[in-house]
Amino acid sequence: MPNMRNTKNPMPSQEPLVRAHNFTEVALGYSEAMALDEAQRCLNCKNSPCVQGCPVNIHIPNFITRIREGDFEGAYQIISADSALPAVCGRVCPQESQCEKYCVRGIKGEPVGIGRLERFVADYHIAQGTGEAFLPEKNGHKVAVVGSGPAGLTCAGDLARKGYDVTVFEALHVAGGVLSYGIPEFRLPKAIVKGEIQGLERMGVKFLTNMVIGRVLSIQELMEEEGFEAVFIGSGAGLPKFMNIPGENLKGVYSANEFLTRVNLMKAYEPNANTPIQHAQHVTVVGGGNVAMDAARCALRLGAASVTIVYRRSLEELPARKEEVEHAMEEGIVFKLLNNPVELIGDDDRNVVKMRCIRMELGEPDASGRRRPIEVPGSEFELETDCVIMALGTSPNPLIKSTTEGLGTHKWGGIITDEDGLTTCQGVYAGGDAVTGAATVILAMGAGKKAAAAMDRYIQSKS
Amino acid sequence: MYRIVKKEPLNPSVTRMSIEAPLVAQKVQPGQFIILRVEENGERIPLTVAGYDRKAGTVDIIFQIVGATTEKLNHKRQGESIPDFVGPLGKPTETEGLKRVAVIGGGVGCAIAFPVAKKLFEQGCEVDAITGFRCRDLVILEDEFRANSTNFVPVSDDGSWGEKGLVTDALKKLIDSGRTYDQVIAIGPLIMMKFVCRLTKAYGIKTVVSMNPIMIDGTGMCGCCRLTVGGKMKFACVDGPDFDGHQVDFDEAMARCAAYKPFEQKAREAACNLFSMEVK
Repeated sequence: MPNMRNTKNPMPSQEPLVRAHNFTEVALGYSEAMALDEAQRCLNCKNSPCVQGCPVNIHIPNFITRIREGDFEGAYQIISADSALPAVCGRVCPQESQCEKYCVRGIKGEPVGIGRLERFVADYHIAQGTGEAFLPEKNGHKVAVVGSGPAGLTCAGDLARKGYDVTVFEALHVAGGVLSYGIPEFRLPKAIVKGEIQGLERMGVKFLTNMVIGRVLSIQELMEEEGFEAVFIGSGAGLPKFMNIPGENLKGVYSANEFLTRVNLMKAYEPNANTPIQHAQHVTVVGGGNVAMDAARCALRLGAASVTIVYRRSLEELPARKEEVEHAMEEGIVFKLLNNPVELIGDDDRNVVKMRCIRMELGEPDASGRRRPIEVPGSEFELETDCVIMALGTSPNPLIKSTTEGLGTHKWGGIITDEDGLTTCQGVYAGGDAVTGAATVILAMGAGKKAAAAMDRYIQSKS
Repeated sequence: MYRIVKKEPLNPSVTRMSIEAPLVAQKVQPGQFIILRVEENGERIPLTVAGYDRKAGTVDIIFQIVGATTEKLNHKRQGESIPDFVGPLGKPTETEGLKRVAVIGGGVGCAIAFPVAKKLFEQGCEVDAITGFRCRDLVILEDEFRANSTNFVPVSDDGSWGEKGLVTDALKKLIDSGRTYDQVIAIGPLIMMKFVCRLTKAYGIKTVVSMNPIMIDGTGMCGCCRLTVGGKMKFACVDGPDFDGHQVDFDEAMARCAAYKPFEQKAREAACNLFSMEVK
């Protein structure tokens, strides 16, 4: 008999006031007993609506069944047949708007904690270390993957499993893309990312770091001179957006990309770090997405006395995951909603000292379906701040576009692809933020997966 | 790993290294930069290339010891390696169609100005190379500039080498004596580039400067290297590092460059202490 309790097993977590001062992981993961109990809540529906909600179509009821049977490694094998990054997805996927959104148990109560179970299984597998390396039989075809973020890793994993000789080119000194430079340690420990990448290496995937494709080698050269039969571009998001208001180049004003890169990739939070970061007292973060939450929570952990999020719409429109917003609020981050900065003010030495804001109210819905924020005339006010972090999204990196002849892009810079990820160049596929603009890890993984399948069909049809 | 195949001091605080990086050497052009790390967990620092040998597969860098990372880099011996060396980054200096150019190098900026002067000279351009240093002890690349310029104009702040004065004085003298230029290319301290631009603006001579702001990734992701050029936000790593000097907001760039001065000072002292302890 399934367990008909209407609530999920809560996720054990570090206490908010403790975790606000350290960079270790917030969510601690289910125990075996919790996982077994949560797995009992799954009804094992015949039509599995949850699977349709998963961008990589993991056989969710099957893996939960294995958990119920106590076969945790078996559960892992089911997940890893469809996902190259189970331990990552279990932590950062927005399950509430994907698999769990369609869970039948969610109609009368809370859905099954699918994400928490996925994480439990992935962590079990890592802790056991029993995973025999799966060594696929080589099929003699060479493919290149540009970028080692979630799209690239997924594409590389799927192609390696099919026997391709896969080389991943990464511009930075470590692989992982946004998983390494963007998402903070307390939400996604870097050891987890490293583990997933080592898993791919054991499968034969080669990683070449410090390789900026478009500069050191072009896409054409990869295909014509280096012998790659197909290329996947998963180069991710590019330059940060700013608001185009006065004062954005003052000292103490960061893009979220810069702030997070200093903290995550360069480990600026460690006492002996070589890369500096400002330890500010009153930090203001502009924006309402997951990146804004990450930046705010990092600033708090670096020792800020106050961290404020300024967002022009209301709580309902905040694009960040609900869980991230709740975590941020529990930790003491202040939300100044329905406010928008109009100017950053500096001192004589060009350090930012104040932010001038204007209050907003919500008008009619706009093209995005959300109510349009409108300025309230005469409502300007000033906030004291010694550090401002702009988390307003990114625009695509122009490098590959400008160095690849015939590669079609949208007006806003994103690479044009068909639904399989094929670009306007034969044999060249793309996916992730480079195609969609800033989105989620799992959507990028879905795109990498689709492209891998299409690349396989393309190469097989040629030979 | 990237091997240091050659290391030589050019003056007490400036060192030249040839780094084995065949792929970078194959593609790099004057004006472009690389980013390196000296050790695991080290910071990423950008250095504009000072030369390259495509056949040997090496890229030359010339650096002044100013912070912890350059201190540590200078401590590496010939034959040792560094973990990361990525490039070529940024856009190459545009030299096409130029017939008469004044190339101005200030201090260690001469390291970057030299490959530009050489390329121009080799393509048949008349090159007046004005190089300025504080004093004779700090002079670098004198023979190289002499061999790759039509006119070599040395100046120093104290008069111990060449003419006493600033590079702007020398440039003004040349212009006033009737020399004409399609373009001036100025590479050196921000304050020098600012004043060169002020001078050439008055004369209406197009001037290109090479900007070297603080960078983290250097590939068009973090936005740390932003500058105001012609009233617009530009990113040195992908839009530059060369810009129209008459459009650059130098005062802002100078402030941004100084953002981590106290940290850098402390970090360098810590690195020096570490090395002196090793010696003892």
